[in-house]
Amino acid sequence: MDIIGNLLNISLYEGLAYGFVAIGVYITFRVLSFPDLSVDGSFPLGGAVAAVLIINGVNPWLATAAALLSGSIAGLCTALLNTKLRINALLSGILMMVALYSVNLLIMGRANIPLLRQVTVFEQAAGFFKTGPSLSLAIIFIAVLALIILLALNWFLRTEIGLALRATGDNEQMVRGLGGNTDMTTIVGVAISNGLVSLSGALIAQNQGFADVGMGIGMIVMGLASVIIGEGLFRPKGVTAVLLAVFGGTFAYRLFIGIALRLGLPPTNLKLITALLVIAALAIPYMRKKLKGEWVPPAVRM
Amino acid sequence: MNRKAYKLIIMALCLVVVLALPLIGGCTGGGVKVIGISQIVTHPALDATREGIIQGLADMGYVDGDNIQIDYQNSEGDMSLVASIAQQFVTNEVDIIVAIATPNSLAAISAAKGTDIPVVFTAVTDPVGSEMVSSWKSHPNENVTGVSDMIVVSDDIDLITEIVPGVKKLGTLYNAGESNSVFLVEKLNEACDALGIDVVEKTVSTSADVLSAAQSLVGQVDAIWVGTDNTVITAFEALVGVCEDNQIPLFPSDDESIVRGGIGAYSFDYYDIGYQTGEMLAKILAGTSAVEIPVEKGKVISLSVNPVAAERMGVTIPQAIIDRAATVHEK
Repeated sequence: MDIIGNLLNISLYEGLAYGFVAIGVYITFRVLSFPDLSVDGSFPLGGAVAAVLIINGVNPWLATAAALLSGSIAGLCTALLNTKLRINALLSGILMMVALYSVNLLIMGRANIPLLRQVTVFEQAAGFFKTGPSLSLAIIFIAVLALIILLALNWFLRTEIGLALRATGDNEQMVRGLGGNTDMTTIVGVAISNGLVSLSGALIAQNQGFADVGMGIGMIVMGLASVIIGEGLFRPKGVTAVLLAVFGGTFAYRLFIGIALRLGLPPTNLKLITALLVIAALAIPYMRKKLKGEWVPPAVRM
Repeated sequence: MNRKAYKLIIMALCLVVVLALPLIGGCTGGGVKVIGISQIVTHPALDATREGIIQGLADMGYVDGDNIQIDYQNSEGDMSLVASIAQQFVTNEVDIIVAIATPNSLAAISAAKGTDIPVVFTAVTDPVGSEMVSSWKSHPNENVTGVSDMIVVSDDIDLITEIVPGVKKLGTLYNAGESNSVFLVEKLNEACDALGIDVVEKTVSTSADVLSAAQSLVGQVDAIWVGTDNTVITAFEALVGVCEDNQIPLFPSDDESIVRGGIGAYSFDYYDIGYQTGEMLAKILAGTSAVEIPVEKGKVISLSVNPVAAERMGVTIPQAIIDRAATVHEK
């Protein structure tokens, strides 16, 4: 059935493109145990930086790379607020998110930058294969990018710094006690995370034809939902499996949104369904464990 | 319930949903044209536009459910949905995409690139500035056209000086994140500079900010003007409340807001803009290519006033103005 095929294709594209956001959220929320809410600000930051550079004639690949860098800088700031100024982690993210709204407007100079007439990375990739840009091509392009990022992260999380990062998230006191620099690991982790989120923003902006200062609203919710759904649905064990599961969770989340759109539900109901979905994804593993008698309450770190 | 039962139930639910998709998603019989309508958010002016579109089509012989099918999606302000909706329209190969407001128009045009699906935008203030079309008059090679709701801000300011003579400071609220509004505020500053009026600008980022922004204008301005800003108009009643409590005359730019409590404006009835769009759609359905249809501005600008709202804000509209108004609201 055509409609189902189309829906799956669109969800695949969105699952991959927004998957970077989910990976970023995973790194901060799960690996680092750092509740970073600045995602709502760094996502449009990526779009803004890429858009402004592209309309000023910069090569779109460079523009996208610059967007990634800008996100990392934003993440750096969030981490500095927490580690050096001792501002609560949650609040640091919120403060950055609020500040970035104005920063994004300043960067763009206006609320919305159309990219319809610009050459984007998607068009360049299409040109490489001598065809016009299309959804299938976008999927392939982002899939390749996702693969590269996955491999890079997979390697990184097993390096010394990567392991220190994971340890910081597990038990910061212990790491410090052993002489590790948790400030540094926090900074690295939050910077990488926001860099990935901005990368996603840059790619999405180029594909959808515009960068808008409001395009980040709701991203943190989406990222969290994707991570949790991925964990709940795929029960991954091990770094590689988890990273794949996060992409899978994003795909599932966008698929459900797509289904809800097709069902003709008013979008006000859409958010309710999203909420119910996340509740189900959370409740099912819990209930399974409880049934098996294996439930262990998790340690919650602010 | 044991695990097996859980798994079965969930799989059954998924199966039901997936099977139900074709029925609900609407596999249309051949010959019925599908028109995808994408709206950015729900508020009276945009809803009126959509109703105008549907009526305009019906009056030209295209009735929803009969010889056309309308697929209406509303992203309720969620930007990620904007792109999803556009993408769905394109992959499902609708015959025309209608986009109400700027972000979804841009998304639709981008998604439809490389296909031959025409995109018709409506309720967009500056389509040329937003790069939707290369020029107002002609746009060869661009399968995009539409109806703009660009208003003549200076006419509104003249109206304000007639109803509130001696106005020296004019306040305005807008969302700096809406490019239409930024454009209109520039026009506002131009018009007011020419008349020697100072403009006090307050920006909001969500409709929840409108109340406090309005209160911050109290005592600073002689009157308030707002343009066709989606964020502010969504929270218009809050603004009306502040203006009535503090006797500050409030002038919106669209007719629906005058019904809700604004004093007056030279405005479009967004229903008319929708109707005009519906007529344009009918032309495309009849075979004219969108490439050949020039972008239109709303044709029916009329003076609309609300004397009762004016009284509540402490001003009286001169009878001469009421007489020449096309519409007088009495609420």
